[in-house]
Amino acid sequence: MAGKTLYDKLWDAHIVKQREDGTALIYIDRQLLHEVTSPQAFEGLRLAGRKPWRLDANIATPDHNVPTTDRSGPIEDEVSRIQVQTLDDNCDEFGILEFKMNDSRQGIVHVMGPEQGATLPGMTIVCGDSHTATHGAFGALAHGIGTSEVEHVLATQCLIQKKMKSMLIKVDGELAAGVTAKDVVLAIIAKIGTAGGTGYAIEFGGSVMQGLSMEGRMTVCNMAIEAGARSGMVAVDDKTIEYFRGRPFAPTGANWDKAVEYWRTLHSDADAEFDVVLELDGSAIKPQVSWGTSPEMVVAIDEALPDPDQEADPVKAEGMRRAYQYMGLKPGITMGEVVPDRVFIGSCTNSRIEDLRAAAEVAKGRKVSDKVKQAMVVPGSGLVKQQAEEEGLDKIFIEAGFEWREPGCSMCLAMNADRLGEGEHCASTSNRNFEGRQGYGGRTHLVSPAMAAAAAVAGRFIDVRELA
Amino acid sequence: MEKFVKFDGIVAPLDRANVDTDLIIPKQFLKSIKRTGFGPNLFDELRYLDEGQPGQDCSQRPLNPEFVLNKPRYKGASVLLARRNFGCGSSREHAPWALTDFGFKTVLAPSFADIFFNNSFKNGLLPIVLSEETIDELFRAVEANEGYQLTVDLASQQIIKPDGSTIAFEVDPFRKHCLLEGLDDIGLTLQDAELIKEYEAKRRETAPWLFDAIK
Repeated sequence: MAGKTLYDKLWDAHIVKQREDGTALIYIDRQLLHEVTSPQAFEGLRLAGRKPWRLDANIATPDHNVPTTDRSGPIEDEVSRIQVQTLDDNCDEFGILEFKMNDSRQGIVHVMGPEQGATLPGMTIVCGDSHTATHGAFGALAHGIGTSEVEHVLATQCLIQKKMKSMLIKVDGELAAGVTAKDVVLAIIAKIGTAGGTGYAIEFGGSVMQGLSMEGRMTVCNMAIEAGARSGMVAVDDKTIEYFRGRPFAPTGANWDKAVEYWRTLHSDADAEFDVVLELDGSAIKPQVSWGTSPEMVVAIDEALPDPDQEADPVKAEGMRRAYQYMGLKPGITMGEVVPDRVFIGSCTNSRIEDLRAAAEVAKGRKVSDKVKQAMVVPGSGLVKQQAEEEGLDKIFIEAGFEWREPGCSMCLAMNADRLGEGEHCASTSNRNFEGRQGYGGRTHLVSPAMAAAAAVAGRFIDVRELA
Repeated sequence: MEKFVKFDGIVAPLDRANVDTDLIIPKQFLKSIKRTGFGPNLFDELRYLDEGQPGQDCSQRPLNPEFVLNKPRYKGASVLLARRNFGCGSSREHAPWALTDFGFKTVLAPSFADIFFNNSFKNGLLPIVLSEETIDELFRAVEANEGYQLTVDLASQQIIKPDGSTIAFEVDPFRKHCLLEGLDDIGLTLQDAELIKEYEAKRRETAPWLFDAIK
């Protein structure tokens, strides 16, 4: 019999009941809550007269709607204010721990969870947010759910699920200087497409993944959903375990030792079989930039934009033509010809300390180009912001002409006041370049933090290595 | 949830692949704390010529006459014919809420994104996967025949065309049962409350650090 994949191990450890129809009742160890996808779930509980099954399995923080500017007063936008207030009220009423807007531990749920040790290896983790895949970086089974399932988990601590198929994406070789986790995951999505992982749980492996920091692994798993996969994951190793030592909600004493012993089993067995195995040469990956309106529309910085007339698949070709029209770009040019009107460094993909360090290294001693209207840095949490300030990164950014903001989702999806104007191009470290995502008529180009900072100072998209 | 019954409906064709949830219901409308009222903002950026705001009276806004749902021949449509990877992107359940609030009962596509697919069943919206060839044929038939309707019969897992011919489709038996009966998942799961407690008791022994850490 073949060995088990990491996904098999996580799945098997959480089966409450296997049903005859192939679905299973799966136990959920942790639910992260935020203001956008939870109000209707709490309302559902109230209407049915139900209580949360287990309070200590939940943790909440507002992130999508919070302003990234001064927070001494109430949120100006009334609808946003009501939504955040509703989360506060619901958490208070039901007794769920919440880091409220002005708590230093507030942040994007996917930054806050691991930072607090609320995310741990071996857990099943859900959140009403598709980027929950992020937490798979720690050898956890994590995925996004809708509001009905948020309510289901609150009420029962379980989900009804069908096991997904398994895919291993192995990235071997060594990354070139200036090439980061973001470039790796963009290159993967460019290769397999936005539906390439649909129906699969993806494990990312190979020497490149092993070499990445925990922050880098989170960036890769975060975007598994952009390849269609609800879950992405990476095996536990020493780095994973060290990451959690001393985190507020991580185990201590004898429990720590016991946990570590278990965590060390969280990897695919050498003889495990996957439904699909894909291999990529990490050494060949260059800095990536998205040009279109789908995360699969990506080129290397020095590559010409593709010609829809050369695309054999008519549905795909039509999508490309529509994207060119929306983005105001033409096939055959390179991204070096495009000027970003705004630059956004932040989001659950790239707002952790390592991301800010990488951007600051590029920004240091340089100035944001006068072609760029605005360049902003939005840390992922209050604690990331504090640490960056201790390291002096805020000063580097401010001196270079970047705005240094309060933590939240911000311009990744523009639910707060941070957004693009119509027709504006943005070098963004976020995860989605869909039409209107960052603002009505806005044009998003997904890049790494270093590439975003390079675009800001150069006034055009540029290979960050040219600045060295 | 209401029971899903056999129905006849006008088919509206949305001829683009990778329709994402931002396109189905843009972010500014996610600020609502309700489950209803998203219909007027379904496909907001495609449907109107201006930028929509929450709480606005949409009847006064300029419509995009080119957009399929604004064409008189598709008025009252309840079957959405779509292309591959429909519903990709975020986990927002506001996407199926907007589709059902508008009046759609089913979406036909060659493939769906996982989270959207799952969310749809929880809201009485039936996503049906058909082959690329069948979808292509339906696009041609809808284009050629004004008022083109299909009958969707979940019980027999068939779509019945105007000429009486049928297209069979697959659906997960548990989800089918829940849709047909209009069942609340939570009530069903709570029937297994004892099993959940047993699981927790065992888990507490083997992995005690998973409990009581967050207070």
